[in-house]
Amino acid sequence: MHIDLRTVTIKPLRHTFDNIARRLGADKPATRYQEGTLDMQQTANFHYRPTWDPDHQIYDASRTAIKMADWYAFKDPRQFYYGAYTMARAKQQDTAEANFDFVENRNLADTLPADVRATVLELLVPLRHVAWGSNMNNASICAYSYGTAFSQPGIYQAMDQLGIAQYLTRVGLLLGGVESLEVAKTSWMEGDAWQGLRRYVEDCMVIKDPVELFVAQNVALDGLLYPLVYETIVDDVLSAKGGTPVAMLTQFMTDWFTETKRWTDATMKTAAAESDENKAILAKWVIQWRDRAAAALLPVARIALNERTDALVAEVVQQFDARLIKSGVPL
Amino acid sequence: MDMQVAKKKLGLKERYAVMTRGLDWVPSYQKMEDIYPYMSYEGIKIHDWDKWEDPFRLTMDAYWKYQAEKERKLYAVLDAFNQNNGHLNVTDARYINTVKLFVSGISPLEYVAHRGFAHAGRQFPGAGPRVACLMQSLDEIRHAQTQVHAVANYNKYYNGMHDFHHAHDRVWFLSVPKSFFDDAITAGPFEFMVSIGFSFEYVLTNLLFVPFVSGAAYNGDMGTMTFGFSAQSDEARHMTLGLEVIKFILEQDPDNLPIVQRWIDKWTWRGYRVLTLVAMMMDYMLPKRTMSWKEAWEIYFEENGGALFKDLARYGITMPKCAEQIALEKDHLSHQAWSTFYNYAAAANFHTWVPDEDEMAWLSAKYPDSYDKYYRPRMEYWREQAAKGNRFYNKTLPMLCQTCQIPMVFTEPGDPTKICYREVDYKESKYHFCSDHCKAIFEHEPEKYVQAWLPVHQIYQGNCFPEGTDPTVEGFDPLAAVLDYYHFESGRDNLDFEGSEDQKNFDAWRGMATKNV
Repeated sequence: MHIDLRTVTIKPLRHTFDNIARRLGADKPATRYQEGTLDMQQTANFHYRPTWDPDHQIYDASRTAIKMADWYAFKDPRQFYYGAYTMARAKQQDTAEANFDFVENRNLADTLPADVRATVLELLVPLRHVAWGSNMNNASICAYSYGTAFSQPGIYQAMDQLGIAQYLTRVGLLLGGVESLEVAKTSWMEGDAWQGLRRYVEDCMVIKDPVELFVAQNVALDGLLYPLVYETIVDDVLSAKGGTPVAMLTQFMTDWFTETKRWTDATMKTAAAESDENKAILAKWVIQWRDRAAAALLPVARIALNERTDALVAEVVQQFDARLIKSGVPL
Repeated sequence: MDMQVAKKKLGLKERYAVMTRGLDWVPSYQKMEDIYPYMSYEGIKIHDWDKWEDPFRLTMDAYWKYQAEKERKLYAVLDAFNQNNGHLNVTDARYINTVKLFVSGISPLEYVAHRGFAHAGRQFPGAGPRVACLMQSLDEIRHAQTQVHAVANYNKYYNGMHDFHHAHDRVWFLSVPKSFFDDAITAGPFEFMVSIGFSFEYVLTNLLFVPFVSGAAYNGDMGTMTFGFSAQSDEARHMTLGLEVIKFILEQDPDNLPIVQRWIDKWTWRGYRVLTLVAMMMDYMLPKRTMSWKEAWEIYFEENGGALFKDLARYGITMPKCAEQIALEKDHLSHQAWSTFYNYAAAANFHTWVPDEDEMAWLSAKYPDSYDKYYRPRMEYWREQAAKGNRFYNKTLPMLCQTCQIPMVFTEPGDPTKICYREVDYKESKYHFCSDHCKAIFEHEPEKYVQAWLPVHQIYQGNCFPEGTDPTVEGFDPLAAVLDYYHFESGRDNLDFEGSEDQKNFDAWRGMATKNV
């Protein structure tokens, strides 16, 4: 059935802004993602050079070795502008909150086998510092990359990682109290298992090229860490040992990675498809940072995987390679 | 480990601390100065970042929840506004010129604020300020986008905003707000925080954001009003951040005081000069006025700002000296600005007009010491001339102030009959200024301000014509070429409101919506 509600119809002079129409090739209605993203960043006639970086303009495509004819070739497949982003996260937050409530109200934390609990405290809680490092690195990506299509997801990713660091903090508080945070920090600062990873994160903090930083942090490190820790260790290994409540507490991270890798994959694909030169640079970065990330994650994974570590890490690396090859990066 | 021990309950403050600064650590594989390379060159001394008091304690879960709720409501209103031809509910079509000014002059600045706070939120070695700045960065992209989305509907029906991004980077008067934010983001991170976080967000926001949003509310613009009200709680957070920044820096080291005082002086003046556009909007462009510029200045700066500076006196901060000159200008600013735009209406993306009889009476009442004496005769003369078919458009380009980039139209403090000119010789060139304050700002950092992309200079140098233009051909019309470069459609985007396409369409459409003919 169809009912015909009438409104006064006025023929508009135009359907969208000219810059959008130029990009769409016609004056037709644009999405809110397009209107909130395309050409948002200023491009011409900057008045002064940054006193903190006089070799560059305020926004400057030459901060990276990657070259694009048009930086708006990048598209976020999630079509995240601020509204779409916060609404998506609020929904996930509702689920996360319900999960935390479920675990807390039923005292499921107390039913965890001791070895599972110990593994969670030893492995998951120090990862809050890794997420914090990613928050900083994605702030860099947002601040110093070129074009809103590339830079905008950077701030979302930065705040997501802060959120993840805070969820992990809550896991620590729930399972081990505030002392567990201190213990985890000591491991992060001094524990042998963590030094490779901490060095990796700190080394990322001094990368000046925003696209290389994107590769090192969002593609290589997260591309190995999330499948390894959340999909393999939490969802499989710990769940099999009676650790399902842990999987509930980290569901946000599992879902988040599934979602955000669509964006990282699309970004790599677009940059690689641009030129052979880009392909070669991306491949070099991916290989270099993948190898370092895999090596840094080995001792961390060993906390939970013991003798299966090498095999499972190798498997994760293999899947990672397949992902990147599919995105057009020649490995 | 005994897991049955009762877990220590954290207070709100402690809980927030473990959720933010507890995540941070002192690096050892890279040096602090390599991770935070911009921390020392401004001369600000910070001894203990832990002394930072978090101005608000918002974890990401709560942030997402509150903000998503606000977004849902806002976009529901915008959708309803679009569906129901909300643009026809504004007081009269002249109001829409305010929207044009806002989206081409102000919305792009929200975007720069987004990037600037991402930069500051990466660079401070303290975890507390970093988180606060990044949250503001996220809010600012919200503001930029919600403004574009709210204005998108107006753009479908009215002229002047169809290519506002392009305009913002090029148009003569838009270099005033643009250069202001370019100035802030190219300064060091501490100065950025004082310029935008404190001076702009805290001291001046009631004179920028509030007049536009109140103006929208008074004039039936539900779209703009709704995004404004929706942004209100964000702005409140930004204001508390701005104030905390100042207090924190000043408490850290007495050597910081003179640096901060200079920044406050500079940015109050820089901000005030940008507010020239707001002053004329309030006094001339809103068909239904909320209050006069002068009243707004008295309430929001002289009273509220006065109380603020009294509060900051314990740190040694004093009221910026420029406040004296601003007080002398408050009877003149909006009239001089509107006169300028009336003159240059051929080269602007919004329409101008002479106020009608009632509006002149309002101006006389609000400005008893200046309007009738200096400005009414001028406007009456323009009205007479326009009635005779001699609507005056000035096609000679004005000299611009090297610092604020406003045409040199302001008068001497205390003498509204004499234009104020100041100049400085620097490295074999002469630089011109609208005021002692703009001159002093230049003199402190000449190497920065000589870089300014002054629109008039650029036009005269031939840099503001479409590619391939040959200015030597016979009959070359420089103004037409500049308008092409701006992507303005002459005759639609510019000139007087009277007779404009906007005026005709609005009347016709309102008729369609309210009558049966």
